[in-house]
Amino acid sequence: MFHLFNFPLAPPAASNFAKEHDLVFYTLCALTVLFCVIVGAGVIFFSIYYRAGNKVDRSRPMYENLKLELTWTFIPLLLGIVVFWMGARLFVEMKTPPKDAQEIFVVGKQWMWHVQHTNGVRENNTLHIPIGKPVKLTMISQDVIHAFYIPAFRVQMHVVPGRYTQLWFTATEPGAYHLFCGMYCGTQHSEMGGTVYAMEPKDYANWLANGGEETVPMTMTQAGEKIYNRVGCNNCHANVSTPRAPSLLGIYNTKRVFTDGTSLVANEEYLRDSILHPWNHITNGYDESMPAYDGQLSESDVLNLIAYIKEMGTSTGKSAPSSLGNAEGAATRATGHDVHDTLSVGAIQANVPDPNPTPTLRKDTPAVGAIAAEGNK
Amino acid sequence: MSATATTTGQIHEEPGGGKETNYLNVTHTIKSWLLTQDHKRIAILYMVSTAFFFLLGGIAAGLIRYELTSPAGVMLESETYNKVFSAHGILMIFTFLVPAIPAIFGNFVLPLMIGARDVAFPKLNLMSWYLYMTGGSLILWGILAGGVDTGWTFYVPLSSMYSNGQVTITLVGIFIAGFSSITTGINFVVTVHKMRAPGMTWFRLPLFIWAMYATSVIMILGTPVVAVTLLCVIFERAFHLPIFSPELGGDPVLFQHMFWFYSHPAVYIMILPGFGVISELIANFSRKRIFGYHFVAFSSLAIAGLGFLVWGHHMFVSSQSMYEGIVFSLISFLVAVPSAIKIFNWTATLYKGHIRFQAPMLYALSFMGLFTLGGLTGLFLASMGTDVHLTNTYFIVAHFHYVMVGGQMTAYMGALHYWWPKMTGRMYHEGMAKFAALILFIGFNLTFFPQFIVGWLGMPRRYHYYYFAPEYQPYHIMSSLGASVLALGFGLPAFYLIASLINGPKASANPWGAHGLEWNIASPPPTENFLEIPIVTDEVYDFDPTSEFEQEAGTHRIMHGDAPGLQTKDGDKKPMEDK
Repeated sequence: MFHLFNFPLAPPAASNFAKEHDLVFYTLCALTVLFCVIVGAGVIFFSIYYRAGNKVDRSRPMYENLKLELTWTFIPLLLGIVVFWMGARLFVEMKTPPKDAQEIFVVGKQWMWHVQHTNGVRENNTLHIPIGKPVKLTMISQDVIHAFYIPAFRVQMHVVPGRYTQLWFTATEPGAYHLFCGMYCGTQHSEMGGTVYAMEPKDYANWLANGGEETVPMTMTQAGEKIYNRVGCNNCHANVSTPRAPSLLGIYNTKRVFTDGTSLVANEEYLRDSILHPWNHITNGYDESMPAYDGQLSESDVLNLIAYIKEMGTSTGKSAPSSLGNAEGAATRATGHDVHDTLSVGAIQANVPDPNPTPTLRKDTPAVGAIAAEGNK
Repeated sequence: MSATATTTGQIHEEPGGGKETNYLNVTHTIKSWLLTQDHKRIAILYMVSTAFFFLLGGIAAGLIRYELTSPAGVMLESETYNKVFSAHGILMIFTFLVPAIPAIFGNFVLPLMIGARDVAFPKLNLMSWYLYMTGGSLILWGILAGGVDTGWTFYVPLSSMYSNGQVTITLVGIFIAGFSSITTGINFVVTVHKMRAPGMTWFRLPLFIWAMYATSVIMILGTPVVAVTLLCVIFERAFHLPIFSPELGGDPVLFQHMFWFYSHPAVYIMILPGFGVISELIANFSRKRIFGYHFVAFSSLAIAGLGFLVWGHHMFVSSQSMYEGIVFSLISFLVAVPSAIKIFNWTATLYKGHIRFQAPMLYALSFMGLFTLGGLTGLFLASMGTDVHLTNTYFIVAHFHYVMVGGQMTAYMGALHYWWPKMTGRMYHEGMAKFAALILFIGFNLTFFPQFIVGWLGMPRRYHYYYFAPEYQPYHIMSSLGASVLALGFGLPAFYLIASLINGPKASANPWGAHGLEWNIASPPPTENFLEIPIVTDEVYDFDPTSEFEQEAGTHRIMHGDAPGLQTKDGDKKPMEDK
């Protein structure tokens, strides 16, 4: 409810156009106030002073006065032409992108924004851009007319099917800003938006190089290893079996025999069950169950853990899978499989920062998946 | 004053006493109403039917405002919300704002003002009401059968290829209703040209007639274009005729050019009649000839003419050429000038008037304030640089509501209160009417001023949700609170006006002491309007302020005969200055 007492009076000003735009805007505001005051004061004063019954001098009333008429024809006209010129000059500037502008491509469709950077990195409903560098968006719609609108940058342009439209700006302030669809486009029009992230050029370069993540993405095995160490699996499950717990090296797809005489193959289903509900099966040779992780690990954590446990079987050490996994991850990223194609309700898809990143930069991410490849969706 | 001389006697008679026949009580059958060719009865038919559509549009507006109090909506699905705001726009524009003042007050008082017994083509006039009702019914049918979710602008290819709503039936409804505009326009133009009473020269026409004339010209020239455009959408939708959709090989921006070629002038169809009403009210309640009559009259024609050359200012960011935009922007600044001329002339009219704050005048004064702000904020949108940021936001919504509701709707209320005694023969409760005018002014500003700010902050229009930008909520809550006050401002008049029909005091022929031929005949007027066609010898708004200097408020010069005293304050004999 805090925001109910927050009355912002101006949008953030974060692009090269904002200053000039706001100058025209506030000039118009001043003219509006001026004319409202003139008309308002005239109307209020005259209607009170000349109210019927008020005995004031009404001799020689005026009905026509050419000089007066020309005055209030030409003063507004001249002021209007000045403001027209200010507005038109800004508009021409907005329509003339610099030659060295960085190109980014945008596809609008009901009801999402799909953004593609020249090196193949793609994002949905977010736009990452560097500050201090002109950026030119080339945009097209796959279905109806949309409008790409960033209030903080004071830029907006229709995104039309069947033709490219362009928009350019230079962001000046780092930060996260609203991205809206300005042109009504059907049912979920209000949710066709997201966030524009204006970043320091260095951060942007990192982001781009990492395939659209703040940090290098982890493979499932890497993530699993991290969880394995974080929640303390390694306290008991060591490289060799101990009296407290069996080693998990190579456990995948082996037969497990339990204290009640039954047995199961250690497949994904069994591994998940043993992590979340370990009391269901006590392996022969052990007295008691390990602590249950039901409710403590998310399903995706469990999937990562299982992936790691499976990898443990293919090599001799726990750290072995790391390098292999990284290469796989790069390929996944570049083809954009991880980019969510569904529109999560207005929420910007958060890239959870890795608390312990591996500083491996991938320099040569292949540009896979041009806009056209998505086209037949 | 020969015209008034013949009818002066009626002023002191109570029309009801002798059971005089008038256009209302001459016959009582339903058939006599539905087949009437009397312009006054047709005006009443229009009044009742437009009020019904206004009520529906108002309910839709209430739903929108309720829904927007919370950033994540209150009770509607997005699809329903979209249908509600589309219904609000379509009903308010095509079934209320466009026909309201011309078809009700234009129909009723235009022949009376020029001293005619009816409009030029009475049967065409009746047909226009049936066309309107057919169109309105089809639009209503479309809403009841599922509604449309395209907005009132029907942008392609959303409307032609993607929307699942009842687009076709609604478009057919608007198409048919458009012909009612055209027939009304033709009727008015011919009536003004051919049926003015002897002595009613062009520059003795009340300014309401000039405004109606300019409006009619736009209706005749503009409406066919939107009719053709909507027909093209229907053909593309129904038969996949390739016109607008790029999938079929068409051009979606072409639609916008064709649509706004009508729909921008249509804005003037909606506001020019309001200008006409305000000219009448300001002159008659200041008891003074309008200042700069010729400038006010010709500014209406200038608006009608220039209005056809500015449609591209709706399309600065639509991918039309930059140079095209620059021309449209310049002409848009030019069209602001005639509106400014009107406002300044009205203000100057008040100077040295005898201003009476009766209910219609309160509406006229609030029009002055609201329209001034509405018009000036239009410049933000005519200026290309600022339009880029403000277009498609709540700033636009606030701007056109200031013009359409603050302007036209306030003028409508003024006209309703001004001509109500003439139309019904009854007086309403003056105190309630003044109170309602005040409530309307406060409620209106509370509703729409916050929308300027929230639009400037960047909130796009037609958004159902804004949970991703909760900083907009306080303004929406203010706006919704204001809408409740506004609803009261529209509800109160419905109450006391209907009450006046039941037990309101009988109205005299000229309860306001106004000047004009319509006030020289009984209230309500007889079917044939004028027993004998008047001969006009006096100038328009020919009040003599000097003669009234010593009078009490509320009296009228007619009571003092045709030779009013010309005493000035200084006791000089001063000849009346006529231009």
